[in-house]
Amino acid sequence: MMSSEFFGNWFLPGVWITVQVTLLSAALAFVIAFPIGVLRTSRLWIVRFLAGAYFEIFRSTSSLVFMFWIAFTVPPVFNISFQPMFAGVLALGITYGAYASEIVRGALAAVPPAQREAGIALNFTPLQRLRRIELPQAWPEMIPPFNNLLIELLKGTSLVSLIAVGDMTFAGDLLRLVKNESAPIYTLLLALYFVFAFILTRGMRLLERHAKKRIGQTPEKTSLFGGMRSKSAIDAVTGTGGAK
Amino acid sequence: MNWNWSHVDDFMPLFWDGVELTLKALLFGTLIAFSLGLVWAVAQRSEKKWIRWPVTVVTEFIRSTPLLVQLFFLFYVVPEWGPSMSPLTTGIVGLGLHYSTYTSEVYRAGIEGVPAGQWEAATALSLSKRRTWTAVILPQAVRRVIPALGNYVIIMLKESPQMAAIGALDMLGQAQGYSQATFTYEAISVVGVAFIVIAYPASVLLRVLERRLVR
Repeated sequence: MMSSEFFGNWFLPGVWITVQVTLLSAALAFVIAFPIGVLRTSRLWIVRFLAGAYFEIFRSTSSLVFMFWIAFTVPPVFNISFQPMFAGVLALGITYGAYASEIVRGALAAVPPAQREAGIALNFTPLQRLRRIELPQAWPEMIPPFNNLLIELLKGTSLVSLIAVGDMTFAGDLLRLVKNESAPIYTLLLALYFVFAFILTRGMRLLERHAKKRIGQTPEKTSLFGGMRSKSAIDAVTGTGGAK
Repeated sequence: MNWNWSHVDDFMPLFWDGVELTLKALLFGTLIAFSLGLVWAVAQRSEKKWIRWPVTVVTEFIRSTPLLVQLFFLFYVVPEWGPSMSPLTTGIVGLGLHYSTYTSEVYRAGIEGVPAGQWEAATALSLSKRRTWTAVILPQAVRRVIPALGNYVIIMLKESPQMAAIGALDMLGQAQGYSQATFTYEAISVVGVAFIVIAYPASVLLRVLERRLVR
């Protein structure tokens, strides 16, 4: 069985690193998604094209291959070095940022055009329109697909174990090697990921209710477990379903 | 910047082996995901609680946990109780099982999209439950969701490199092996480009298909 010494030395720090990687790469994805998503609704075709190319490229690559590329190819070719964790967060953030930009674009496109016209009539600058009119209305639309994406990202963080970041999957792998024990550790890992996903889903639900109330929509009631995720993240990612 | 094209040339034969394995995994993984997903979707509409509940819990659990950990579980834990599988077989089972829970959602949407009148008509004709599903509901449900299912083939392709972690020599596994043996790093770029070359045209094709089928 798992000893407490292993737990304190390896597993708990691994759990903490998983949390860190999730939060950091989610933050990076978020920071990337908004400008790219907004630029994809630009009226200049070249801006639209470049922002769209970013989405298409990262939608078409495997995030694991991209992570390996950043971790193992970039340092020798460009003569730089960085921590594996940096490579992992960068790869996840860039990949999921591309997916999230599609959600932002979709939600902005769903704001009725009359709202934009009203902003123009009020002599708002484009930035004011975005901040005061379009984003506040698009935001509640984005939260459910963001929620799905966050779960996918959480699961995606397990990949960083393969570039030697000591997350909880890595800790599990280590125990298998050191103590030659696999059943309890992988079962525990699966359970932990499930619990984390559940907590994230619940948190995002609260956020959604709050956002809907703020713009005067009535949030729908949901049971505790029912329809934990009605649509899967990747639908949003590939443009079917997800944000309209 | 130091880059050596000769390593790219040397890697190519291994790369094609990797492509073969990736495509094999994708083909059989897709078959499992598509058929098992349909089973999940139909079971979730069962009137019997003891069928509906376990299926919901199991699919929700599989969907909320990482494919990578599931692959480790299948590869290291399952042999303790039962059959041990080769890395490729594990990869196929893992991909198929994981994505069956996603395709079941797609089927579910398709089934819910069949107008209620169709169910009523089947009842009026006093068709058996089995005939209602096979002759009335599923033919209409599945046609609508073909493009959405196609998306999952692309997603499975992109996630398939995780098999390399349990030693399956897919595209990434071959690149890793080559890089480690020769202390070079060019091979991974070849694999990265390969994914764009395969996945991007495939997703464009799907969008065209979708426009044709769904209207």
